[in-house]
Amino acid sequence: MKTWTEKLKGAGAYAYLIPCFAVFGLFLFYPFVKTIYLSFYKTDKLGQAKLFVGAENYMDLLTSESFYNSIVVTLIFVVIVVIGSMLLGLITAVLCSKAFPGIRAFSTSYALPMAIASSGAAMIFKIILNPTIGILNKLLNLDINWISDPKYALICVAVLTAWLNSGINFLYFSAGLGNIDDSIYERASVDGANAVQKFFRLTLPGLSPIMFYTLVVNIIQAFQSFGQVKILTQGGPGESTNLIVYSIYRDAFFNYRFGSAAAQSVILFLIIMALTLVMFKIENKGVKY
Amino acid sequence: MADYTVSISQNEYTAAQLEQLHTQMNARALRRRRIRQTVLVALNIVMALFMLFPLLYAVSVSIMPSSELFTMDMNLIPQNPTFENYVRALTQVPLGRFILNSFLVAGTITIGQIITCSLAAFAFAFLNFKGKNVLFMLVMATMMVPGEATIISNYLTVSSLGILDTYIVLILPYLTSAMGIFLFRQFYLSFPMSLYESAKLDGCSNLRFVVKILIPLTKSAIGAMAIYTFINSWNMYMWPLLVTGSAEMRTVQIGISMLESVDAQSITLMMAGVVTIIIPSMVIFVVGQKQLIRGMFSGAVKG
Repeated sequence: MKTWTEKLKGAGAYAYLIPCFAVFGLFLFYPFVKTIYLSFYKTDKLGQAKLFVGAENYMDLLTSESFYNSIVVTLIFVVIVVIGSMLLGLITAVLCSKAFPGIRAFSTSYALPMAIASSGAAMIFKIILNPTIGILNKLLNLDINWISDPKYALICVAVLTAWLNSGINFLYFSAGLGNIDDSIYERASVDGANAVQKFFRLTLPGLSPIMFYTLVVNIIQAFQSFGQVKILTQGGPGESTNLIVYSIYRDAFFNYRFGSAAAQSVILFLIIMALTLVMFKIENKGVKY
Repeated sequence: MADYTVSISQNEYTAAQLEQLHTQMNARALRRRRIRQTVLVALNIVMALFMLFPLLYAVSVSIMPSSELFTMDMNLIPQNPTFENYVRALTQVPLGRFILNSFLVAGTITIGQIITCSLAAFAFAFLNFKGKNVLFMLVMATMMVPGEATIISNYLTVSSLGILDTYIVLILPYLTSAMGIFLFRQFYLSFPMSLYESAKLDGCSNLRFVVKILIPLTKSAIGAMAIYTFINSWNMYMWPLLVTGSAEMRTVQIGISMLESVDAQSITLMMAGVVTIIIPSMVIFVVGQKQLIRGMFSGAVKG
């Protein structure tokens, strides 16, 4: 034991980084490079790179209607999820911003979705949305086949995801509201501002620093939704919920086209990267602290 | 008191009248505050019911006999609640085994991340070495890479290593986290360098410093990170789906989908399973919520 610690000391600072960089190296840096490498190859069923094809995988994707559809569907999905989850988070945070009896129970229930798995939630929604026995049709007195209708399927998956992601937004916005100085509200009241004015003139601008951070996190998270699609719709009906991540999964593990799946992964990475950079650019110009 | 002096100077009210006016105004303010609070509570109850509806409904279905579910009538609340679904869910599929697997995997990942992240964060915060900034930037850059960009290659790696369908494959890729390193480093940087220097002077080795001084001092960050990591690992879906094949290795999230195919009438059974596996992550969240929030927002995230 002693010799082991002695050795560790001798190796210096780098020894402390070995565990984490070993994991990062094997499961993040290496596969990231390998994914880029694979995206230029045709592979066999075991995922071995067999034939260098240059940019062919990318060209095939960019001319493929199915991939184009995946991108459009994903963008619509991300927009609905981000707006939905941020609105839910904001409303719940505002409702819990002033003390009242029982506030702890309520704030726990608003944050709770962050503890729930996408797969479990998707199974619950499957029952709620069931066309014959589902409670949603019963409550709204409708007869809609939510999951099998291309018009509604994407919205259903998006609403489910918005609900799942709203919990952490509640925490972010609550923290943001806590940082706003109470005295500006008092001054506004003295000046005769009503609640709506106070919300738009004081609360929203006061939230803008955390709002930006929340937006970035939400967009990245929404792009990566998988379990709910797998369980609720399997990308269907048709390809109406075939989000990029699901399309990657299907191409790799059902069609064994690892090269094409790798190319899609690279494109997904580039989209997320570009969006993040653009948002930081905008932030540096726009948001005032 | 201020009003009192004003009124005296105006000489319009006697002291008794003034007292009465005061209580009237207080009563009105109190009533207004009460109304406002009642409205707030009412709004919150509506909103909480809305937000918790899927969960409450799942609990309700899970204690419903399946005959009650398959009707065209409104059936929000079971007429003859029963725990039979839970008994059947636990016996028809190895749900206990799935739960054990998930606890083992999530627990090991959590402990492993705390160890690797504290060590790395210690080096980044207290030690000086060549390439420190570059390495730290490299760690931060990993946060930009979505898991999906690496998952295919990772699958190919582990299958060529021949470790598919083992605990190792479920745990190994998640044994460190950039977020954890960042969070711990942020905490460590708030300690004065002299803390480290005086420990060194007293002959304390680096590893001892981490274990005996840093870890006890950062309990709140560790708590926050542990809760976050455990819940996320418990809820993992895509990776276990890809790398586990046999029923014995399945984690809860993959395992419950087995309940779906038992028989056509198994919806109530499935809900009992879903509720069972939500409970552990929910309990941990509710118990550790305060810790989680404190850790999340003290220094790490300030917008």
